Amino acid sequence: MTEQPENFTQQPDAGGHFGPYGGSFVPEILSHPLNELTEAYNAAKQDQGFQDELNALLKDFVGRPTPLYFAKRMTEVLGGAKIYMKREDLCHTGAHKINNSLGQVLLARRMGKTRIIAETGAGQHGVATATVAAMFGLECVVYMGEVDMARQALNVYRMRRLGTKVVGVTSGQKTLKDAISEAMRDWVSNIQDTHYIIGSALGAHPYPMMVRDFQSVIGREARWQILEKEGRLPDHLVACVGGGSNAIGLFYPFLDDASVQMTGVEAGGLGHGLGEHAARFNGGQLGILQGTKTYVLQDDEGQISLTHSVSAGLDYAAVGPEHAWLKDLGRAHYTDVGDQEAVDALGNLSKWEGILPALESSHAVAYAIRLAKQMSRDEIIIINCSGRGDKDVQELAAWEERQQEKTDA
Amino acid sequence: MKATRIDTCFEKLRARGEKGFIAYITAGDPDLDATLERVKLLEAMGVDFIELGVPFSEPLADGEANQRAAERALAAGTTFEGILNLVRKIREQSEIPLVFFSYLNPLFVRGFDKSMQMAAEAGIDGVLLVDLSLEESGPYTQAIEANGLNHVVLITPTTPDARMEGLLKSASGFVYCVSRAGVTGEQSELQKEASSVLERAGRYTDLPLALGFGVSTPEQARSYSKISDAVVVGSYIVNTFHQSGNTPEGREAAADKISNLVQAVK
Repeated sequence: MTEQPENFTQQPDAGGHFGPYGGSFVPEILSHPLNELTEAYNAAKQDQGFQDELNALLKDFVGRPTPLYFAKRMTEVLGGAKIYMKREDLCHTGAHKINNSLGQVLLARRMGKTRIIAETGAGQHGVATATVAAMFGLECVVYMGEVDMARQALNVYRMRRLGTKVVGVTSGQKTLKDAISEAMRDWVSNIQDTHYIIGSALGAHPYPMMVRDFQSVIGREARWQILEKEGRLPDHLVACVGGGSNAIGLFYPFLDDASVQMTGVEAGGLGHGLGEHAARFNGGQLGILQGTKTYVLQDDEGQISLTHSVSAGLDYAAVGPEHAWLKDLGRAHYTDVGDQEAVDALGNLSKWEGILPALESSHAVAYAIRLAKQMSRDEIIIINCSGRGDKDVQELAAWEERQQEKTDA
Repeated sequence: MKATRIDTCFEKLRARGEKGFIAYITAGDPDLDATLERVKLLEAMGVDFIELGVPFSEPLADGEANQRAAERALAAGTTFEGILNLVRKIREQSEIPLVFFSYLNPLFVRGFDKSMQMAAEAGIDGVLLVDLSLEESGPYTQAIEANGLNHVVLITPTTPDARMEGLLKSASGFVYCVSRAGVTGEQSELQKEASSVLERAGRYTDLPLALGFGVSTPEQARSYSKISDAVVVGSYIVNTFHQSGNTPEGREAAADKISNLVQAVK
């Protein structure tokens, strides 16, 4: 195990390294703009005016603080730990993504950028970015893999209604990874007037740090909310991990609370063969992808593997570098949940609590179901319900149809 | 460090008062046998240096032409060992300087130092790493030089002076000056930025300065050659070979077109 740092929250270093992970691996054309972005972000972070504007919009536009909800029936059914849900699904636009989009759009304005671009997988980050761009009257282009456009059609429609141009990406696997590459190509060509809002704690420095900071509002709220409700810290945090922004947002403010355990849940997809899942910690190896050094699903030639998950938002070949580091240190644990178990969890939570979670978040719910049963009644779990599932109903209906066909055959 | 084929070739060109021509092709596009034939044709028409693209599944700094080329190469099952075999075959009959143009991951996967050692043994002379930033370059530059290879760096019109100085300190062989901001691809207009980036680079290095990006006509090639030590042509060559088909006749037809650009530089 790597040597434990004195303080988990004093990361990354000035170059964006989380231990051996992270950093900045980009074409020369992007190096200087990224340095400028880092400087602008560090200045904004110290600027009370910026923080006040962000906090006011988080309150009045996003609807924060989001509730920390005690899932009473779910707790009773499972008969184990008390389960609380951090209701990021109640954020404006339906997921935690807007916490980051809002922070970054304010930064873009501060830097004098007039054009916003973004990538999106499930479409939640695209919708959040389209929303904040509309609010500030900025031009916005979102890159989205064509496979994801088909399975998240509702969100494509929403983005277009918000005035955003959605560009379908036809290269590679036509999912999130390919959308990121295409967004980076756009950025390289339009660096003067364009800011690229990356949607997860991924990519080159300063993105993993900056996205984490903007998402940490989740964990900061959850921390005072649980202290208020229970008078003590939780025992276990559970969140799904695609790039890992909702997970790091919940985990980060608890990292120095040694008693709090945390588990990130990756997409186990259909099985553990390469190409069947997106569980980077269960089959990935150290690599360099899209600006950062981290665990990457790849073959022996260093070519990036195909991935699969029922949830578009978790369907990505690399994991955020801070998660890689937390895994090495043993500070957070990572596991995976397959497609079927996630879909079942979505159904259960809907029936138990009247909450229809996103397929991404359903991976966290599924693991929490396993975990709660093994814990005692006086222990506490917080699940990050990172998004709502309205966007997934079409995909779910198609899934059920396919399952029915299999049963019939 | 011992002089590489790149150093020797630039010395010869300088002595003759000639400008260099650097041709980029993707290794394995559409397969490795065709790549070998393309290299032979390029050398025969007077190309001085070959940049061999190592195909990567996520070529985020490449334009359409080179993206598709990488896809074709990977679809044909191109591997690093296969590319090294190609290099060995080229070396059986040619001393043309060869530069690997690569993203980090396909070299990092078996250990970067090992990849450099294998490349040097096969007959590669230099390496240009598309996604290696100055900030991360330390150990990589070291591994490149330890294996007797040149570290070719790329600078752009938006690279600030202080950064340029740092990049050029770690450079050897030659410097790839990009004439305009953007991803690789054909562009119709020659940019003023080109001469400015050369002028600024010249303040920090005595290395030969190659200029490239978007060169697709003999006129552009000629005007670039007047202000630099060598001209880099990539997407145009990749496209022209691709469009002319994977047959000996197709390759000959493509070579005729490409040689117009080479002649314009000579």
